[in-house]
Amino acid sequence: MGAMNFQVVVLAGGGGLSKKLIPLVSKDLPKALLPVGNRPLISYVLELLEASNIKDLIVVVAGDEAATQVENWISNAFDDRLNVEVVSVPEDHETADALRKISHRLTADDFLVVSGDLVSDVPLGAVAAAHRRQDAVVTALLCGRPKLNSSEGSTGGSSKDKTKLPVSDVIGLDSTHQHLLFLASSGQVEKELRMRRSLLRVAGNMEIRTDLVDAHLYAFKRVVVQEVLDSRPGIKCIKRDLVPFLIRSQLRLGSSPVTASVSEEGSDQPRGGSLENGVAAVSSLTDEVSTLLQRVCSIKPSPLKCCAYVASPGKFCARVNSLQAYGEVNRAVADEVIHLTGYKVSTHNNVVHETAATGSKTTVGPYCLVGEGSEMGDKCRIKRSVVGRHCRIGSNVTIVNSVIMDYVTIQDFCSIQSSVVCSNALLQERSSLKDCQVEASYQVEANQEYREEALVKKEKA
Amino acid sequence: MERRGRAVIDPKVRQVGFVTPGEGTDLINLAIPLEQGANSPSPVLIPPVRINDGASVAPAKAAPMPVPSPTSRRHPTVDVNLPLVGLDEKAKEGKTKSLKERTSKAERRAAQEAQRAAKKAAEESGGSKPTKGDVGGTGASQKDSKASKGTHQKTNSAERRTSSSGKPADKGQEKEKKKDVPAPRMQFDDAERVAKAKKRSLVEQTETKNRVELFRHLPQFVHGTQLPSLESKFFQDESMHPHPAIYKVGLQYLTGDLVGGNARCVAMLMAFREMIQDYSTPPEKIFVRDLTQKINSHVSFLNTCRPLAISMGNAIKFLKTRVVNLAEELSEAEAKASLIAEIDRFIQEKILYADKEIVKHAVQKIRDGDVCLTYGSSCVVEMILLKAHEMGKKFRVVVVDSRPKLEGKRLLKRLLSEGLDCTYTYINAMSYIMQEVTRVFLGAASVLANGTVYSRVGTASVAMVAHAFSVPVMICCETYKFHERVQLDSITANELGNPDALVKVWGRRDLTDLEGWSPEDKHLQLLNLTYDATPSDYVAMVITELGMVPPSSVPVILREYRRELPG
Repeated sequence: MGAMNFQVVVLAGGGGLSKKLIPLVSKDLPKALLPVGNRPLISYVLELLEASNIKDLIVVVAGDEAATQVENWISNAFDDRLNVEVVSVPEDHETADALRKISHRLTADDFLVVSGDLVSDVPLGAVAAAHRRQDAVVTALLCGRPKLNSSEGSTGGSSKDKTKLPVSDVIGLDSTHQHLLFLASSGQVEKELRMRRSLLRVAGNMEIRTDLVDAHLYAFKRVVVQEVLDSRPGIKCIKRDLVPFLIRSQLRLGSSPVTASVSEEGSDQPRGGSLENGVAAVSSLTDEVSTLLQRVCSIKPSPLKCCAYVASPGKFCARVNSLQAYGEVNRAVADEVIHLTGYKVSTHNNVVHETAATGSKTTVGPYCLVGEGSEMGDKCRIKRSVVGRHCRIGSNVTIVNSVIMDYVTIQDFCSIQSSVVCSNALLQERSSLKDCQVEASYQVEANQEYREEALVKKEKA
Repeated sequence: MERRGRAVIDPKVRQVGFVTPGEGTDLINLAIPLEQGANSPSPVLIPPVRINDGASVAPAKAAPMPVPSPTSRRHPTVDVNLPLVGLDEKAKEGKTKSLKERTSKAERRAAQEAQRAAKKAAEESGGSKPTKGDVGGTGASQKDSKASKGTHQKTNSAERRTSSSGKPADKGQEKEKKKDVPAPRMQFDDAERVAKAKKRSLVEQTETKNRVELFRHLPQFVHGTQLPSLESKFFQDESMHPHPAIYKVGLQYLTGDLVGGNARCVAMLMAFREMIQDYSTPPEKIFVRDLTQKINSHVSFLNTCRPLAISMGNAIKFLKTRVVNLAEELSEAEAKASLIAEIDRFIQEKILYADKEIVKHAVQKIRDGDVCLTYGSSCVVEMILLKAHEMGKKFRVVVVDSRPKLEGKRLLKRLLSEGLDCTYTYINAMSYIMQEVTRVFLGAASVLANGTVYSRVGTASVAMVAHAFSVPVMICCETYKFHERVQLDSITANELGNPDALVKVWGRRDLTDLEGWSPEDKHLQLLNLTYDATPSDYVAMVITELGMVPPSSVPVILREYRRELPG
């Protein structure tokens, strides 16, 4: 259970679920193990947790096969450091379903749900502490939208995506920026926002923000969430259904039984007794005394029970949930938040593994990562890119703004710009890619030029 | 009498927080050893340090230090934490002396009351009934015996006294005396001790460099450094960590979510209650010892989050003695249950029902046509006003508020929602508004043994202005907030608030002169005091759950009710 009565669940996704990341992920490479800055994506979350002294956690992976892979990787990498339990859920399960599935494993008062694709350095203790302090039902981590390096162009993404900003959230906060009054992703919001009047009446006024994004890191109060999940099978997704539901009904969920009965909208929701017992204070003082207590001592906790922790501006927080984000995060990891990777930065502001070999007149610019065992021929130019392990790169190759995964072979005179090349791919001579994604083990023919394409093997496509 | 007369003219006012160099003599007086207390004319109220044989009194009398004007309020800040033995004797002695020197009416009254109470206690102890102090009836035999010990000594007089002043008894008492010397408060200008304390502390604190000279002994930390460090340690190992409930309360203190003397105290007690509920004795440890140690560490944790209020100190003292006095034959579960029951009882009796009683008493003082003034936001005062309104009394309320906290707004909102007629003003306008006021009701963080009221900063000014306009000032305070300490100024013990709170002026965004001030600036020091001390001269009445008493009777209540608490 760990200290402070908190449990941690990491939702690591699976192979099939991450449609937005196709063709980068596949059966062989679940999303959790997608290399970001030459490290599996999930390692960022695990290290963030470890840095906060969280040793025991549950990792939920969709799909058995993916689960085995993730489990193997974790047990290798974090063997002695973390006590990780990997649970697999069927692939078609959405996030709330996954929570239901592991519900019986949750015993602590509160639990933290972390998305496995989070790359961040926000102290988790702060989120948990805010949650505890405010006695919240849910506390969501919000952070400023990561800046887009528009000057550099974006990696991948089809043309229409490129012009659009990544899916952002519409978030309603109260004037103290501590309480969450509304949450929806912009796709869900059409022309109007629907709010409960009672909620607005309590909050006074609401600030609607679109410059914040929900980091998919939530602290939940266990009893409430379990009750809600049990009683409302319609809730499928944490972000889309569960959290908005909690926000909508927070006045009812958070309040003591007395005020709950007063509240006007008690009729449409099933309310179990256990829910209230869980929510009400642990006190077993007589009713008279506890009501007196509230009146006398003005210990009236705010009726708003859904809280937000807004990360301070200096903190980095991003999710790898789209091709574009994948490119962004890779660049960020090589650049401003290099400390997340734990690599030692050279004097050239880049990280080139000592076993990597470079030919003469080859330049590796700043903010690049080159993995171990990679070899580069002469007169190559690498700018703001991440090159994986054991890549063979010929002479006169230009790589800009791109991510090259492991065991990729790139022959001479290739030019790669703003693209992602997956493992074991082969780029033959003089091929040129711009804004493309190359599937794993794909062979790009010589002298071909591609723009804004996803290069996938024919039989699959 | 002479003292009273001079109170308003004489700039005694300045003692309330702002001592000027001209009054340096006062500070010197503070340094006079406590034994001098025996010589002061009103020692009935402030029981002097127990000296039971002539031997120790003599040097005090012969002390070469010049005894200044024998005003009673010249004691240094000391917890006059005396065993009851011999106290009454002293009181008598003091009384005769004070009579000689024509004490004030209030003092004589207090003396009388003290005598009466002692007598009553003696009678009751003779009949082995619970003393008056034991309202709840759970004071148990120990307390009774203690009380009777004190009183017997008085009634049975000389033989017992002589026997007790024999050598073996002396030794025991010496020990007791040692124990009774209050632990010196942490002085934050003592670099060595601060460093030591820091090592122990869970919360990383950076002290501000630039503190106002007079207040260097008080802790003040760079705002915003405590919370992140505490948060980052949220998931730390359990052994290092305070109980989640305590942690939560601590966070709430730190962030200011939880304010108000009663609210903080109740929240703390509830947290301890939860902690005791979850507590189980580790192997090879003794329940009482280990629990006491746990409580201590938790208290120091809370103290780093925000300095504990005096009332909370009393509550903790209460809890700890209950732990220590647990009967040995109790099983762990029974002991825990009894402690929890004790905590519940404390909350109910000392806080909730006390408030009810105070309201009952105070409402009588509000008549039709009154204009009641209150300052800040005291929950008891609020209850009084609401109750009086409920009873159909026709009166008006003036809510006086001050920066930077503007707590009065909260009170105002609630009063208005109940339909009371209110006037809201800042403290600056007090001299004007006081003309129409007929009653002043104030809350208090604590009432000290010399009748000094320790309360939200600004209270003293309100009381003084009211006094100048001959408006009675009534302090509403539960007796659990009374403290034996004697304090003359608000320097020795106070709390420094966040200096940044002074930088922003609410409602005036254009006043940005102070914005971006740096704590390193040698020429600028911001002082945001939290409390001040109101001399008892300005207080007409202290309304407690035991009734309305003059401030001079506070020590009587303290003495009588200390029996309930431990000795």
